Amino acid sequence: MLAPGFADPVHDAQATFRAVMDALARPGLPRPLTPGLTPPAPLTPELAAVALTLADADTPVWLDAGLAASPAVAAYLRFHTGAPLTEDPAAAAFALISDPARCPPLNAFAPGTPAYPDTSTTLVLALDAITAGEGLCLTGPGIRGTTRVALAPLPEGFVAQLAGNRADFPLGVDLILTAPGRVAGLPRSTAVTEG
Amino acid sequence: MSGTHTVFPPPSAGEGTLRNRGGEGSDGAERSSPPHEDRALSGSRVPLLRDFVPAQPLLTQGPPSPIPSRARPTWDEQDANLGQARDRSGGGSAAEPSAPQSGYNFAYLDEGTKRMIRRAILKGIAVPGYQVPFASREMPMPYGWGTGGVQVTAAILGRADVLKVIDQGADDTTNAVSIRRFFAKTSGVATTTRTAEATVIQTRHRIPETPLTEGQTLVYQVPIPEPLRYLEPRETETRQLHALAEYGAMHVKLYEDISRHGHIATTYAYPVEVAGRYVMDPSPTPKFDNPKMDGCPALQLFGAGRERRIYAVPPYTRVRSLDFEDHPFRVQEFTHPCALCGAKGVYLDEVLLDDAGNRMFVCSDTDHCEGRRADGHVGTGEAI
Repeated sequence: MLAPGFADPVHDAQATFRAVMDALARPGLPRPLTPGLTPPAPLTPELAAVALTLADADTPVWLDAGLAASPAVAAYLRFHTGAPLTEDPAAAAFALISDPARCPPLNAFAPGTPAYPDTSTTLVLALDAITAGEGLCLTGPGIRGTTRVALAPLPEGFVAQLAGNRADFPLGVDLILTAPGRVAGLPRSTAVTEG
Repeated sequence: MSGTHTVFPPPSAGEGTLRNRGGEGSDGAERSSPPHEDRALSGSRVPLLRDFVPAQPLLTQGPPSPIPSRARPTWDEQDANLGQARDRSGGGSAAEPSAPQSGYNFAYLDEGTKRMIRRAILKGIAVPGYQVPFASREMPMPYGWGTGGVQVTAAILGRADVLKVIDQGADDTTNAVSIRRFFAKTSGVATTTRTAEATVIQTRHRIPETPLTEGQTLVYQVPIPEPLRYLEPRETETRQLHALAEYGAMHVKLYEDISRHGHIATTYAYPVEVAGRYVMDPSPTPKFDNPKMDGCPALQLFGAGRERRIYAVPPYTRVRSLDFEDHPFRVQEFTHPCALCGAKGVYLDEVLLDDAGNRMFVCSDTDHCEGRRADGHVGTGEAI
């Protein structure tokens, strides 16, 4: 049977959006996110909450290999969001990634165009842990001075990919990072270096 | 009138309020207005806003509110007849959440529209200063009344929020009262006039004097979001100029100010560079407020309804007013303190008092002024 969506579609979506908005406005600062969803595995409650909050018929969604292998996940997202699923990462408005260690290179996704940098892909990753105060060093808009955040797991060479993503600013992808009970943001404007 | 130092009452609130828009067009209020402007304003009911066409606003219609008290009235004195405003703090300036009016989705907009606006807001935050196109909706108020800001506010507002709405710094003018009442009706969120209590502040052309804090969101109503629009009317061209970060025309415009007037005469909608990349219109705030945008702990969102653009400045972001090494950016200065609360270093409104040219300068930020007077600060109360 299909798992239910938000118990309170209006206010649960608003709460999720505000958590994501605050997370992107303050990169690297995790915000609590407890959506109360029970989506089919390997879709996590946090991934599902972001998808249900932001995706609809106007936003093609790309699923990573783990999610794409599950017909229940596709059925869940199709029913609750109406979003078309795409197999082309460069055509996606949102990319849901349940296995961040095998996340495709960031430049596989749409970076937007110089005139319309907003036509880029937003990646939503389901990490195991987001820990503030240690790990990667972040600077940029939304950050007072510098901040640190540890993300796990990450693919090989991820910091170099983020540096390439930042170098093309205002082009680039934005990352919404989720972990059980929390969400953090890594917009393209943030410069990331190894701690 | 000299010699008769009468204490002049400030103007009554409402549509016919005679408030000089000191930031728009004149180089600060220390320079007296041109005589023709005085003549045009004095003695007649002049609409507060150039772009206000009091047509037939539906949900947003506020009653005319000529309240001739000395202190500016708090909004819920006016709202008391709605039967839904209740004192929370005893000060009479806040209202608890109440059940929203049935028949509307929470905060008026449907969920699909909110999703679209929310996506635009996230892109705006990720690319500070870049104008994100969005599918602006018809709102139950005319363009020019803040339809962009209202849509942004509706998209972010939640039940736990406390909303403050200001118009040129004032909580008690038509635009502010209308929009506050609109959200009280359609969302039932708590509203306040106190800057420090608010979590979401929608503003028309001012930034509150009270420093904003982390966790607050400032939503600007923007008429013309494109800073290059008067230099290059074609959207296709300005988009390319932004893509190439080609802002020479803006510097030429400021230079022409200097060559013509001897100083940069732009006093409002003063262009800023955000995070070292995009040049942005800060909406028609007086340039007095530009320094408050730099490194502000609050999130700043901008909505332009008619022009269908949303843009953003994240907290702690460098916002630099454009200038030249030999003509650095300077804000207006006022020769007199606020006549009501004696505040210095704040933005003042020029208030005309009669047909004889008497006027007084008072805080543009009514909440700041009321707070200072409650703390015992007193101005001269004298006309100038």
